[in-house]
Amino acid sequence: MAVVGGNGSGKSTLMKGIVGLLRPMSGTCSIAPGTRFAYLPQLSELDRSFPARVLDLVSLGLWPKRGLLGRHSAEDRQAVTQALLSVGLEGFEKRSIDTLSGGQMQRALFARVLVQDADLILLDEPFNAVDSRTLTDLIALIKHWQDQRRTVMVVVHDLDLVREHFPEALLLARRPIAWGESRQTLSAENLLRARQFGEAWDENAPWCGQQAHHLHETMIGHDGIAASPARGGM
Amino acid sequence: MLYETFILPFVEFGFMQRALFGAFMLSLSACPVGVFLMLRRMSLTGDAMAHAILPGAAAGFLLYGLEIVPMTIGGLIAGVVVALGAGAVARFTIQKEDASMAAFYLISLSLGVLMVSLRGSSVDLMHVLFGTVLALNNDALILIAMVSVMTLCALGLFGRALVAECMDPLFFRSVSRLGSPVHFLFLGLVVTNLVAGFQALGTLLAVGLMILPAAGARFWTQSVATMCLLSVAIGLFSSAVGLLLSYHASLPSGPAVMLSAGSVYFFSVIASPRGLLLSHLRRSAHRSA
Repeated sequence: MAVVGGNGSGKSTLMKGIVGLLRPMSGTCSIAPGTRFAYLPQLSELDRSFPARVLDLVSLGLWPKRGLLGRHSAEDRQAVTQALLSVGLEGFEKRSIDTLSGGQMQRALFARVLVQDADLILLDEPFNAVDSRTLTDLIALIKHWQDQRRTVMVVVHDLDLVREHFPEALLLARRPIAWGESRQTLSAENLLRARQFGEAWDENAPWCGQQAHHLHETMIGHDGIAASPARGGM
Repeated sequence: MLYETFILPFVEFGFMQRALFGAFMLSLSACPVGVFLMLRRMSLTGDAMAHAILPGAAAGFLLYGLEIVPMTIGGLIAGVVVALGAGAVARFTIQKEDASMAAFYLISLSLGVLMVSLRGSSVDLMHVLFGTVLALNNDALILIAMVSVMTLCALGLFGRALVAECMDPLFFRSVSRLGSPVHFLFLGLVVTNLVAGFQALGTLLAVGLMILPAAGARFWTQSVATMCLLSVAIGLFSSAVGLLLSYHASLPSGPAVMLSAGSVYFFSVIASPRGLLLSHLRRSAHRSA
């Protein structure tokens, strides 16, 4: 599934909410117990100058399985090697991570996701700054995950890419605009609605609170945005 | 000749044995802690913390004189207060941790110096600031040994989490709840090691045994484990050399140990595989894929 929307529309926030890095201000986020998830953030806090080899980076993906003290078995090492092979980084095991190019780093991070062996995979703008060949390889990996019946949620900005490769899309503009089959979701009409919603910055916007809560309800009641009271100040 | 220069002082004099034992135990625990401090870009935080424990130690000194237990407990309390205080200011206001830490440690340091000078002489002040490695008593040695063993156990248990948290904190938070506990455990290790170190080397130099060997080791290797081992080796080496220098040339012991470690650091900066000389020579050769 692809998650689409303008800057600030809440795509990353949605993902962080699912992972549990942010707690929802209202409402709940429920995940079926026992779901293993893997999360690749948009702005990785990965310290690239850290003295580690590609192997060490990818082995971090073993954490959910082995935790703090579990020994990494031969099978685990096999999984890491296999993951590096699948992302096209075979032979890079011993290379230190500060020597990787942007695309190679992204491949390595995908390998870590592979090792995590997750049911729910959340990728926040994984295609930023990668060349077309890397892009093709990464898309192939995502499709492979789909075939393995894993749920993959990807934040993407390239709408053609979404129409071509992703069966489902969720269009966000600070609230869900549409969710469903990609081509229908990304119809011209929906995109226009999303754009109208997107970048409204209202100096006099009411504070979130009791009054705003009331406004939210009315907004949901109305279908068109022009009538939305939240934009009344403009 | 060799025997007389390098071994005899330690055989002949009890205080030299104690000094060596204390410095060795400290190197074993403080150096790996220093490696992580450096990898987390917290070297200066370590420095600030070392100053921050002074008023606590000084309070112990004011109340009980030059006794190890009250000074240690006081130092621990002051260290924790400053760490939490600076952390809280950074977390709840717009100020970043470096500025709040600097503010806290400056206040702390001046408070400490003021308190020592209220009662003690300038000799006492020198003791607290620069340590008395040549006059370590049994209590101090036991304390250092305990801290050392505790630190090594903690690092052994939580090493993997610490590495993961340093390397990719956001990822680590997404797979484990250990992120914050490990961070605070680590700060605790830093403070306890500083408190143990300041008996031997004084508050000003306690942090030196953490930072200098680690900073030197960084140049030689690309693996955290090797770096820890190497830093310990550098720490042991500079402890021994520093003590010998101090013995033969009648130099103050703390600075002598630090300067030995400093020499190793400069040597590493210049001559190591990742140092100035070789990385410039090799600049033209790199892998093409």
